[in-house]
Amino acid sequence: MSDMLYPADEAALSDMLREAAGPLRIMGGGTRPIGRIAPAQALSTRRMQGITLYEPGAMTLVAKTGTSIEEIEAVLAAEKQRLAFEPMDHRAILGTSGQPTLGGVIAANVSGPRRIQVGAARDFALGVTFVDGTGQVLSNGGRVMKNVTGYDLVKLMSGSWGTLGVLTEVALKVLPVSETQTTLKVHVTTWADAVASMSAALGTPFDVSGAATVQAKNGGFDSLIRIEGFETSVQYRASELTQCLAKFGAVDAVVDPWAEVKDLTAWADLDTVWRISVRPTDSLSVLELMQNLQQDRGFHCQLDWGGGLIWLGLEAAQMSDVQAGLALHQTLQRHVAQLRGHATLMTSGLLRDQDLCHFQPPERAIERVSQSLRKTFDPRGILNPERMS
Amino acid sequence: MEMPQPNAEILSKKAKVAAALRAVLPYDAVIDDPSETRAYECDALTAYRCPPMIAVLPATTQEVSDVLKICHREGVPVVPRGSGTSLAGGALPTADCVILGVAKMNKVLETDYDNRLIRVQSGRTNLSVSGAVEEEDFFYAPDPSSQLACAIAGNIAMNSGGAHCLKYGVTTNNLMGVTLVMMDGEIIEVGGGYLDAPGLDILGVICGSEGQLGVVTEATLRILPKPEGARPVMIAFDSNEVAGACVADIIKAGVLPVAIEFMDRPIIEICENFAKAGYPDCEALLIVEVEGSEAEIQDQLDRISRIAKKHNPVELRQSQSAAESAAIWLGRKSAFGAVGQVADYMCLDGTIPVSALPEVLRRIKELSDQYGLRVGNVFHAGDGNMHPLIMFNANKEGDLELCESMGADVLRLCVEVGGCLTGEHGVGIEKRDLMETQYSAEDLEIQMAVKDVFDPGWLLNPSKVFPLSVSQSRRAS
Repeated sequence: MSDMLYPADEAALSDMLREAAGPLRIMGGGTRPIGRIAPAQALSTRRMQGITLYEPGAMTLVAKTGTSIEEIEAVLAAEKQRLAFEPMDHRAILGTSGQPTLGGVIAANVSGPRRIQVGAARDFALGVTFVDGTGQVLSNGGRVMKNVTGYDLVKLMSGSWGTLGVLTEVALKVLPVSETQTTLKVHVTTWADAVASMSAALGTPFDVSGAATVQAKNGGFDSLIRIEGFETSVQYRASELTQCLAKFGAVDAVVDPWAEVKDLTAWADLDTVWRISVRPTDSLSVLELMQNLQQDRGFHCQLDWGGGLIWLGLEAAQMSDVQAGLALHQTLQRHVAQLRGHATLMTSGLLRDQDLCHFQPPERAIERVSQSLRKTFDPRGILNPERMS
Repeated sequence: MEMPQPNAEILSKKAKVAAALRAVLPYDAVIDDPSETRAYECDALTAYRCPPMIAVLPATTQEVSDVLKICHREGVPVVPRGSGTSLAGGALPTADCVILGVAKMNKVLETDYDNRLIRVQSGRTNLSVSGAVEEEDFFYAPDPSSQLACAIAGNIAMNSGGAHCLKYGVTTNNLMGVTLVMMDGEIIEVGGGYLDAPGLDILGVICGSEGQLGVVTEATLRILPKPEGARPVMIAFDSNEVAGACVADIIKAGVLPVAIEFMDRPIIEICENFAKAGYPDCEALLIVEVEGSEAEIQDQLDRISRIAKKHNPVELRQSQSAAESAAIWLGRKSAFGAVGQVADYMCLDGTIPVSALPEVLRRIKELSDQYGLRVGNVFHAGDGNMHPLIMFNANKEGDLELCESMGADVLRLCVEVGGCLTGEHGVGIEKRDLMETQYSAEDLEIQMAVKDVFDPGWLLNPSKVFPLSVSQSRRAS
C-alpha cells in the first residue's frame, strides 16, 4: 500500500475521492480499527484540524473532524463545559496509539456511561459537512439546537463508519460541567441484583447520570450509581438513593470510578472483547448463556447503561482454540438476535484472521435498505467497503 | 402556495381503488363520499384546503400494509395523517391522494418500567402516552403545545419538540424504535428496546422525514421518572437585548433549566389583556422553569435570580406555590389563543443561534414596520427556537400573501444568521419553497436520493418538503 493520504481541506479531499481508483480506508487518528478492515489505500482526516466556532452561551462548538478530542475537551473545560456524552477512548482495549478525533467519535457514534441520561454522540451532533463517494461536498443540519429542516442526515452519518462519506466538519451541542459528582457503590452478590439495583436507581426522579456494574475484586459485583449537579442537590439525591438502594446491599460513596468504567482500562490485556446492546433486563439472559458456555473457564463482564450495554471479555487462556472461539462468537450473535439486540466483536487476537461478521448481521430488510443507502452515497463502493459487515 | 395538478387518470379510477380498499378494510374504514372526505381537507395550516380522493382509517399494521400495497399497485399517492395538527401543512391532501389516518391505532402495546420504555401504536396522542405511565410516576418527555391532540405518528414525522426539550431533547432523542410500513407494503422493524446498535441509523433518518419514507405504525419510546416538582421564575426586562444576554448568562453559569420561555412586548400585552396573568409592563419577559426537590428548586431559582439581578430586571417574581406557578404560565400558555382573538396569524418556528437573538428581534421589528404587519415573539429562548406570530386579516384581499411574504423574509433572516427554517414544526408545504435558501442543490439532491431508496415511485406525501420544481422529475416518473 502506498503512503497514507492526508487531505488538507474539503477541496483536496474531494479531488482525492473523485480520483480514487480503488477502495479507501477512512480514518481519523486510527484508534478504532473495529470491524472488517479490507486492504485499501488509507486516508486520514487528521490534517483537517481546528475549532472553527465556539459559543459557550449558545452551547455550540464547530470543529474540523481531524481535531483531537483531547483538544476539544481542553477548550471546553476552560469554559466549564464538556462533551456530555463522554466518548469512550478505545485505545486500552484495542491496543492502539494515536489521538481519537472528532470525526472518529461521530463516525462510530461513540458514547460513554452518561449516554443513558443525556443521549449518544449522534444526539449531540447538530450538523455535518462531508464528502461523499463521488467527491461531492455536502452539508446537513446546522449549528442550532433544534432543526427539522429536511431529512436528518446528521443521524445517518453518525455511526456510519465512513461508509457513506468522509466527515470534514461537525457542529456539536455541548453542556456545562457539573459542579460536583458523587458515585454510590452497591455491593451485590448476583448479576440479577446488579441489574435490579440499576433499574431501581434509574427509575427514581434523582437524575442518575451513570449506572454500571463491575466485577468486585473480592467476589460479587459492585453497582455504581452516579449523580451530578450542584453540591446541595447531589447531597440530597445521594442520601435519597442510598435509602432506595439499601435493600440490595451495602451502599457506600466511592472515589470517581468512571474513567475506568468508560474506557475499560483494566481490560487492556484481554484477548477478545464483545460489545453487546440489549434491553437492560435482557442482559441477564446473555450472562446466563456465557456462564453455560464458559463454565469454569470464566469470563470478564462489565455492565453499563443500566445493563443495556454489556462488555464481555476473555483472556487468551479462557478460549481453547479458534474453532471454539468462532463457535462462541456465532452463538452469542444468534442469542442476541433472538433478544432483538446487537453483539459486536470489538477485538480478538485469536480470531483476528477469521472470516466472521464483526457487527451483528442485520435483518434482511434493514440490510437491503442499508446497502441501497450506501450505493446512493458511494456508488463505486470505495469508502471503507465491507467495514460494517 | 402551489400544489401539483391532480392526476386525471388516478381520479378516474377512484371507484376501483375504493373497492379494492374495502376488500381489505372494514366498510366504514374507507371514506370516499365527498361530504365526508372534507373532514380531511386540511390540517392546522387552515389557509390551505383540498379534500382527498379517499380517506382510510386502518386499525392494524397489517391493514396499513394492505392499503399501501393497493396504492402502490395502482400508483396512487398516499398522505399519512396523525391527528392533523401540523402547522406546516404536512398532512395537507392532494385531490388525487389517499389520506391514511392512523387515528384508530391508539393502543398501548407494552409498558416496561424496568427498562424505562413504552411501545404504542402511532395514532396514540402525545399526552396519553404520558397518561399511560402516570400511575407509576413516569412521563414521556417531548411536549409539543398541541400535545393533547397530536399523535405520536405526527411527532415522529416532524421530529416534534416542545417547551421542555432544552433538558429532555426532541422526539428523535426519545425514540428507540419503530415499526415502519414501506410504500410497497413491506413491514420492517427498526431499532427497539436497546440503545445505539451499530449499523446505519435508519431510525434517525425516519424521524423527521415527514411521512415521506414510510408509515410508522408502532413506536418504542423512552419514558422517564417524573421530577419531584417544578417551579418557574418570571423575570421582566426593559429591553430584548438585556433579556437575551440574561439567557446566555444562565446557560453559561451551568444551570440547565427545563425551559426558558421568552415573550416580547406585543405578546405580553396581548396575553395580559386576554388572560389577566398579572404580567408587568415591560419590553421582554422570561419564564425560567427548574425541576427537582423543593430544596433543589429553591437553590436553582436563587442562582438564576442572582444572575438575572445583575441585568437590572424591571421585576423578578419567583413562584412560591402551585397557584403562583400556574399564574406565571397562564399568559404564556394562552399566547396563541390570545393572539388568535385579536387577529389571524401565521406562526413560524425558525431557529437561530442564541447569540443572534437581539439582532434577529431587532430586524423582525424592522420587517414588521416595513410590511405594516404586527408581530409578536414568544419562543423557546434556551435553544433559539423562535416563534414569531405575524398577524394579518384573512378577510382583507392580499393580506395572507403579504404575511407569507414577510414570513419568508423572517425565515431567510434566520438562515442568514446561521440558523434554520424550522426548528420543530417541519417543512411541509409551508417552507417547501424556501428550502433552497438553506440547502444547495446537491444537499437537496442527496436528501431526495434517500427518499428514492425508501419510495422509488415517490408516492408517499410527494409534494412536501422539496420545492415542486426540484422534485418534479421524480414525482412525474
